[in-house]
Amino acid sequence: MQKQLLLGDEAIAQGAIDAGLSGIYAYPGTPSTEITQYVIDSKEAKEKGIVATWTANEKTSAEAALGVSYAGKRAMVCMKHVGLNVAADAFINSSITGANGGIIFVVADDPSMHSSQNEQDSRFYGKFAMIPILEPADQQEAYDMVHHAFDLSEKYQIPVMLRITTRLAHSRAGVARKTSKEQNQLKLPDNLKQFILLPAIARKQYKTLLNNQPHFENEAENSQFNIYTDGKNKSMGIIACGLAYNYLMENYPDRNIPYPVLKVSQYPAPKKQIEKLYNECESILVLEEGYPLVEELLRGMLNHGKEIKGRLDGTIPRDGELNPVIVGTALGFKAPVIRDIPSLVSGRPPSLCKGCPHIDSFFGLNEALEKYGKGRVFSDIGCYTLGALAPYDAINTCVDMGASITMAKGAADAGLTPSVAVIGDSTFTHSGITGLLDAVNDKSNITVVILDNATTGMTGGQPSSAVGKIEDICKGIGVEEEHIRILKPLPKKHEENLKIFEEEIAYEGVSVIIPRRECIQTLNKRMRDKFKAKQKAEAAGK
Amino acid sequence: MKKDIILAGVGGQGILSIASIIGYAAVQTDLYLKQAEVHGMSQRGGDVQSNLRLSDKPIASDLIPHGKADMILSVEPMESLRYLPFLSPEGWLVTNTKPFINIPEYPAEEDIMAEIKKLPQHVALDAESIATKLGTVKAANIVMLGAASPFLGLDYDKLKEAISFFFGRKGKDLVDLNLKALEAGREFTRKNMN
Repeated sequence: MQKQLLLGDEAIAQGAIDAGLSGIYAYPGTPSTEITQYVIDSKEAKEKGIVATWTANEKTSAEAALGVSYAGKRAMVCMKHVGLNVAADAFINSSITGANGGIIFVVADDPSMHSSQNEQDSRFYGKFAMIPILEPADQQEAYDMVHHAFDLSEKYQIPVMLRITTRLAHSRAGVARKTSKEQNQLKLPDNLKQFILLPAIARKQYKTLLNNQPHFENEAENSQFNIYTDGKNKSMGIIACGLAYNYLMENYPDRNIPYPVLKVSQYPAPKKQIEKLYNECESILVLEEGYPLVEELLRGMLNHGKEIKGRLDGTIPRDGELNPVIVGTALGFKAPVIRDIPSLVSGRPPSLCKGCPHIDSFFGLNEALEKYGKGRVFSDIGCYTLGALAPYDAINTCVDMGASITMAKGAADAGLTPSVAVIGDSTFTHSGITGLLDAVNDKSNITVVILDNATTGMTGGQPSSAVGKIEDICKGIGVEEEHIRILKPLPKKHEENLKIFEEEIAYEGVSVIIPRRECIQTLNKRMRDKFKAKQKAEAAGK
Repeated sequence: MKKDIILAGVGGQGILSIASIIGYAAVQTDLYLKQAEVHGMSQRGGDVQSNLRLSDKPIASDLIPHGKADMILSVEPMESLRYLPFLSPEGWLVTNTKPFINIPEYPAEEDIMAEIKKLPQHVALDAESIATKLGTVKAANIVMLGAASPFLGLDYDKLKEAISFFFGRKGKDLVDLNLKALEAGREFTRKNMN
């Protein structure tokens, strides 16, 4: 079969389709979005009856996937690294319930924070949950590992983590497919109490998890993805995890590395191979994308052993993603002589699109708040976070999904009034509703602006769970009807909208303003599709 | 054969469509390919690049090392300069001269051109004008691809096939127009290689 050019994300998606997937769930988040999008768009997945859907948030995704596993079928749940914080409750506890049908948590980390608020390393979560972790070095491994992960998950009845980073997620390469597998039949767990984490049961299940640890280690030590290659020069041994292996190889175009190398792509870290490397070499260089997980394990607190080089001793920068030159320098190669960027080149940060409804909302809000002074707008995660930049300079916080409403409430509790929350429609249904309920119950003096562009914009326009429901949700949890105001953010309506902003900010209690206008990107796409459909119909009519 | 290319531009300018056409031609030539893209936040009018690597041997890194790119192909003049640290000493810079101004402190065009002209190997062309003369400004990216074509290490016929493949669904007129755009860009480079 000819190789297909696939993004790392798409390789995982195709791998899942071919490995007998029954259900995939996600909330969009860069760099993980394209996994679920691929399955949703796949004709093949549709024909196979695979359920592929966007959910309200990562926690609901994870729990739905666990339900699929309970029913004996293969499930995948995908998220960006900070999405795992949202899904953590389900994730950690699923290691105690264990799996029935195979279940994979795909987590895409974003070192260097290309599109994120931190660069947390999900391998620590995997270690915390004490489950096997797979970390592919390239697109082909990403594809192959999905098959392996499902098998491993079903063999030990345990969820498995598949961890990737931005570069692999968003890089394309040729991938060869395996033969397609049938989906599992519906099959209840053998023990119908397996998923009841009452203390008496959880204690037993936890012991099972602990007893499985040596088996997981053994699997890693014998894994086809962990490869030990000997080398003559024992002055240094190299451990290269996941994607870091590619950067290592890039520095040896003939692929002949003089040092012994251990490629680590399956965890728990393979103790036997690491011990062999440590015993045979005078020092160890650890290359890993993310936090120094293996390096810390090797070093221990006191580091009384051999020299361990990596992110902790400064051989490699403590933060940010790796690249071939960082790794080359760590290997002792001279840094290349390079041209500088001419000083006239100025930064070009991302910005709100021309015609974006958020622009009009920010201009209205800014003007309404002028008399109160700066520093009272709590915002959230989405395109509108770009409201932090010039010329808007309209928001003061962005922490985690949903934090706008709850932080505004806390600030109001502390005496900062008026205090305003700015949140998108999709972020509101992701994690904003419970915070609004808190504010209503405490009659907090806040104004919540729910920017409703009817989509999840930043990740490319996925459907929003909030569409058509926002006013009813607000009413349902007790926001007074006369203080739920809908406006259309357009330049020509500025004066009218400004009045609404001013009135509701002045109101001492919970008020909600919903500026509602479709995202300019999804609108344009809809118009293009409509035009194409019309053309096609006309052509067919001829 | 090994070609490392940095495609540069501003989010929304369509550099990934250029990457797709080169990628298709490379795969039809049985070359290995890796192509790292930028998705997410930067796509909203920010600076974007794609690392495109072609080789007759397996490729290790998804990222092109600093100082190793054989070419920077940019659809925007200031953006072409942002990636100079990646260009090899003997590498080519091929850039569109039409600025995309969406920031307040955009430098003077003549200063940008002066920096471009400092490079020993460069091709700079107004792809928009060339494309407009042919019939549509939309073909500007294909003009740029044509201008880069002498340095790609790919068979020119394979590139033409790739264009026919990509625009085939949209009718013969559009295929012909884009083939003309490709040729116009290529012709410009032939005449203006410094």
